Amino acid sequence: MWSFEKLTEWIDTSLRSCMSADGALLVEFVLIGIAILVGYALLALFLIYAERKICAFFQCRLGPNRVGKWGIFQSVADMIKILLKELIQINKSDKMLFRLASFFVIIGSVCTFGAIPFAKGLQAIDFNVGVFYILAISSLGVVGILLAGWSSNSKYSMIGAMRSGAQLISYEISAGLSLMVIVVYSGTMQLSEIVAQQADGWFIFKGHVPAFIAFVTYLIAGHAETNRGPFDMAEAESELTAGYHTEYSGIQFGFFYLAEYLNLFIIAAVASTMFLGGWQPLHIPGWDGFNHVMDYIPSFLWFFVKTCFCMFMAMWVRWSFPRLRIDQLLGLEWKILMPICLINLILMSVVVIL
Amino acid sequence: MSNSAVFLVVLITAMVLVGAALLIALWLAPRSTNPLKGEVYECGIPTRGTSWMQFRVGYYLFAILYLVFDVETVLLFPWAVVMRELGPGGLASVLFFFIILALGLAYAWKKGALKWK
Repeated sequence: MWSFEKLTEWIDTSLRSCMSADGALLVEFVLIGIAILVGYALLALFLIYAERKICAFFQCRLGPNRVGKWGIFQSVADMIKILLKELIQINKSDKMLFRLASFFVIIGSVCTFGAIPFAKGLQAIDFNVGVFYILAISSLGVVGILLAGWSSNSKYSMIGAMRSGAQLISYEISAGLSLMVIVVYSGTMQLSEIVAQQADGWFIFKGHVPAFIAFVTYLIAGHAETNRGPFDMAEAESELTAGYHTEYSGIQFGFFYLAEYLNLFIIAAVASTMFLGGWQPLHIPGWDGFNHVMDYIPSFLWFFVKTCFCMFMAMWVRWSFPRLRIDQLLGLEWKILMPICLINLILMSVVVIL
Repeated sequence: MSNSAVFLVVLITAMVLVGAALLIALWLAPRSTNPLKGEVYECGIPTRGTSWMQFRVGYYLFAILYLVFDVETVLLFPWAVVMRELGPGGLASVLFFFIILALGLAYAWKKGALKWK
């Protein structure tokens, strides 16, 4: 299977041949930054378009269809429009925290984005505590959301941020415990190592029943962590206008919107990395011919198909179910999801011992 | 390239993304001088008082519970990595830890901390 390491090594050697080692390192850092920015922006455009189209089809509408063929440039047009809008600042708001909030939200999602193994040899950050890193950095978003709600000095924002904060921190526990099931099974927290271990079978198949339960609980918890769908208490538009970003306008609102969609992608990508084998192709032990054919499909295609599958499930849930109340939402986490996750973790450790 | 250096690069990238977009928006976007645009977005009537006030105590209870269980997650991760080598002994000691936590959750549940009233 073709590895992206060949490309990065070729860039590395050709840069080193024409400049000093420090200069080459600097250029490589800039290239990494640009690659992450471009990937982030393109994915956001794609996701916003896909969500609008899928939502339209669920509701028997056409969705965006004017800008370009089938409206494919709609999200580009929206992005340009949103850049050209005035940044309104409320008189009574806390000016510095108001601006700082969007930084926190975007840092939380971009830094997690960098740690995802997109394809064979294509991973910017590969810590040996990768799972832990992803959980830790993605919770920076909560700080941003609470700051946004608090600094706006608006009642809608405040209530939205409080609800959102309670929801995000609650569901983070379930997400962490679900991922821990796979850590128990694989014995490592390094994402590249976890993907490598799934070469002969994805964890959802190899890991017996607990891995499957963990996959389902992770999808539910992850879905709640993106503030979407039936869990969008934070921006229940019929009661809170837009929740914590009511007072934001222009590109600052765009950052929250962007982070929400990229968090959806990150949740789906982590789910496919941990449970569905990441970029590993589908291998069935014993079927050598089949396995060989599967190896010809590029690794990034495998990754994106799995991630898109998880994202489609999230969009399906979002447009199919009515919104939960805040007490139902927190009750679901603390009374149902978390006990299931704890028992599931013990079940997995028993499976590992046996 | 060490991972920490790449992490710093990604962090700076995120900051540059936000900062540059904000600057572009400040530079390109029109500005209106209408004083009403600085008002809080509510129903149209002038808003009363500040929003920096007391809010529901239920959120604090969930925050405290979260603190307990999140610290538990942090403690469990190192255990999870070496679970295979520890074997039944490791599971037994963590089971004891789990029981204490479950008792704590049951206590909070019984006391009504999870109820939204």
